[in-house]
Amino acid sequence: MNAVKPRRRAYEAEQSVGADCCDVGAMANFAASTTGPKPVDIDSVIVADPQAFVRIHDDGLAHLDLFVEELHCAACIGKIEGRVLAFPGVVSARINMSTRRLGIVWREGEADPVMLVRAVVALGYPLTPFDPSLIESAISSEDKSLLSAMAVAGFAAANVMLLSVAVWSGHAGDMGEGTRTLFHWISALISLPAVVYAGQPFFKSAFRALQHSSLNMDVPISLAVILASTMSLYQTVQGGQHAYFDAAITLLFFLLVGRYLDHRARARARSAATHLLALQASAATVIDADGHQRSVRIRDVHEGMVILVAAGERVPVDGLAIDGISDIDAQLLSGETLPRLAEPGARVYAGTLNLTAPIRVRTTVAADNTLLAEIVRLMELAEQGRARYVRLADRVAKIYSPVVHVLAAATFVGWVLIADLGWQEAMMISIAVLIITCPCALALAVPVVQVVASGRLLRAGILVKSADALERLNGIDTVVFDKTGTLTLGKLRLVGDNYNADTLALAGAVARHSRHPLSKAVAAATPEDSAITISAIREVPGCGLEGYRDGARIRLGSRSWCGGNSQDAGDGPEICLAVDGEICATFEFLDELRSDAGDVIRTLKSMGIDVELLSGDTASVTGRVAGSLGIEKWQAACLPAAKVARLEELDQAGHRVLMVGDGMNDAPSLATAFVSMSPVTAADVSQTAADIIFQGAALSPVITALKVARASTRLVKQNFALAFLYNAIAVPLAVAGMATPLLAAVAMSSSSILVTVNALRLRILR
Amino acid sequence: MDVIAYLIPIALLMGLLGLVAFIWALRSGQWEDLDGAAMRVLHDDDETTAPTDGSDRT
Repeated sequence: MNAVKPRRRAYEAEQSVGADCCDVGAMANFAASTTGPKPVDIDSVIVADPQAFVRIHDDGLAHLDLFVEELHCAACIGKIEGRVLAFPGVVSARINMSTRRLGIVWREGEADPVMLVRAVVALGYPLTPFDPSLIESAISSEDKSLLSAMAVAGFAAANVMLLSVAVWSGHAGDMGEGTRTLFHWISALISLPAVVYAGQPFFKSAFRALQHSSLNMDVPISLAVILASTMSLYQTVQGGQHAYFDAAITLLFFLLVGRYLDHRARARARSAATHLLALQASAATVIDADGHQRSVRIRDVHEGMVILVAAGERVPVDGLAIDGISDIDAQLLSGETLPRLAEPGARVYAGTLNLTAPIRVRTTVAADNTLLAEIVRLMELAEQGRARYVRLADRVAKIYSPVVHVLAAATFVGWVLIADLGWQEAMMISIAVLIITCPCALALAVPVVQVVASGRLLRAGILVKSADALERLNGIDTVVFDKTGTLTLGKLRLVGDNYNADTLALAGAVARHSRHPLSKAVAAATPEDSAITISAIREVPGCGLEGYRDGARIRLGSRSWCGGNSQDAGDGPEICLAVDGEICATFEFLDELRSDAGDVIRTLKSMGIDVELLSGDTASVTGRVAGSLGIEKWQAACLPAAKVARLEELDQAGHRVLMVGDGMNDAPSLATAFVSMSPVTAADVSQTAADIIFQGAALSPVITALKVARASTRLVKQNFALAFLYNAIAVPLAVAGMATPLLAAVAMSSSSILVTVNALRLRILR
Repeated sequence: MDVIAYLIPIALLMGLLGLVAFIWALRSGQWEDLDGAAMRVLHDDDETTAPTDGSDRT
């Protein structure tokens, strides 16, 4: 429906795209060359040929799925979908905001996928094509089955409860036996199929546990539900007074609510490695011995091949540079702020960005052995290790289940032997014990607190990804920070006063033509509307930019290249502006600290928490930052594996570590640490690896999260205490044979509500 | 008491209707993108949503 309307705009759209673009393969170059009001940040653009990911179905429709970055609001959806739909032949374009995916469908042959992708990239949204069959959808089939089980249980619980209330008031009034039995039969008809359907998640899990001869919380749950249903059916057939259908189905409903909340929280963190692999450049340009160029998929690249990496492209595999000089930006990989020069003989790593000039690279190791692949492997290892953490709820379950079973069995035996009761009646009483002890409030105790706590943190701009993150955060005694992008903002800012407005405007006009971080910092500090035109601009890798204005040669770059003496250089990063060999301005840069970094470190220390700094940057820069923040323990020039090693060392020493980091090089350590946080500006991988993500330019979310974690763990413990208190009152009654369906329903609902209300206190807690 | 012969089936039917509606919504993928649905309601489905000049209007 949407597809038809905007079609007439197609011509204009194509015009505007066609006018700006240069050559077909270079999406990134194109994005950089547009002179729109919002310059596209080239570093985040991942160049990939979408052709390889187009799937053509039997009905002649072509499908393409892409990850969209920088997606924020309703306007983004409208802009992207509108732009794609404007192309002729496009049948549908649909963005999924939750998963940040764009699905495009067009009639095969009528639209060019490269054009479609380029049009969206030009709007400022970097795209990465992916194969949807490799990545599970956001709402998994398990999610769906839990939701429908919950819906069925909810429907049945409401209706059975309606009938049960009538029966209970009938006990006091004048309800005849016939009516009561009729109501019991109707309850049975509603709840038995519902129990069979909605109880499956618990039955299956209990069965699996028993198969491995262990007990989990689902064993007493399943036993109670099955026994309660069977016994109630028996009572109904006999025309008896007490049927527990309402208890059985309400129990399932409450438990499913808890289970679903828990599951949702866990599902978010799952696809770490898959998303990471999507980051890799998806094709490499191989140069054969005869000089012929061809595009090859990464996994088909062998050791010893020569590949071409164009400016603006990510390096597809590790290798040695053999031809060409360029600047390589490795910030994502190593955390270094400044690009490195890649001359012939230099090592280049997969995932780094080639900034200035094309280079040829001889691959050294096969694609599945790159530094990036190494990071993925380290992460997977770390995640396996972390799975060993046993959650508080599971630890409770481990004790709870055997106790409940022994109690029920003892009740049965006790009534038969001591009170000399018939086995049927003794069975009734022990089943009632099982129903009463069913861990309903216990199962809600943790998920409800988690949901309230995550909701509160979300309003503060903190996203809790893994279900047990807050629980783990509560126990930490050490915080390890990364430097670039975590303690600092990861953005160079122009400082110093060795320039004036005129020289800055001139430098800005030159700097605008480069992707080098220092140039970008200068360009960012310059007003947009300068009318200075520079001609014949060229970029000299490792040196700077050169251009001409009114016949005068202008250079913006390193001091020695601009004609100065390199001895005069300051200790921070700097570039100079020279007109005809005469230096007329010097620009100095600083990687700004987050404004409240010092306060946060002080607060952490006053809370009795150790603070450390592990950085991939050089010792001088790291030492200066550590000194200014008062961090005594720091290590510089850390490779990803070194960071992991330090974290493991701390772990061995019995410390529980919170890792805060953002770079791709931090991803393995984020996954290794006891618990981890990332700023929202972090590399995708790190965001997937981290347990908690925070927004904004401040570092204080670390403190906020810690405080909420402590409060919520306290509440969880209170909730457990409440649940046990309820058991302490209701269980003796059940053992004494005084439990009725009414008592079971009241006790179960009230304890569940009490636990939920207690969790809600977290909203008002300071 | 005859009235319960109508009331119970009516109550059950209404509950069942809600259940069927929920499961239909689940099956038809309405739970796939909750964030997007919340956003989409904000933009009018008209010409202004898709700028033809490629400029950023946010």
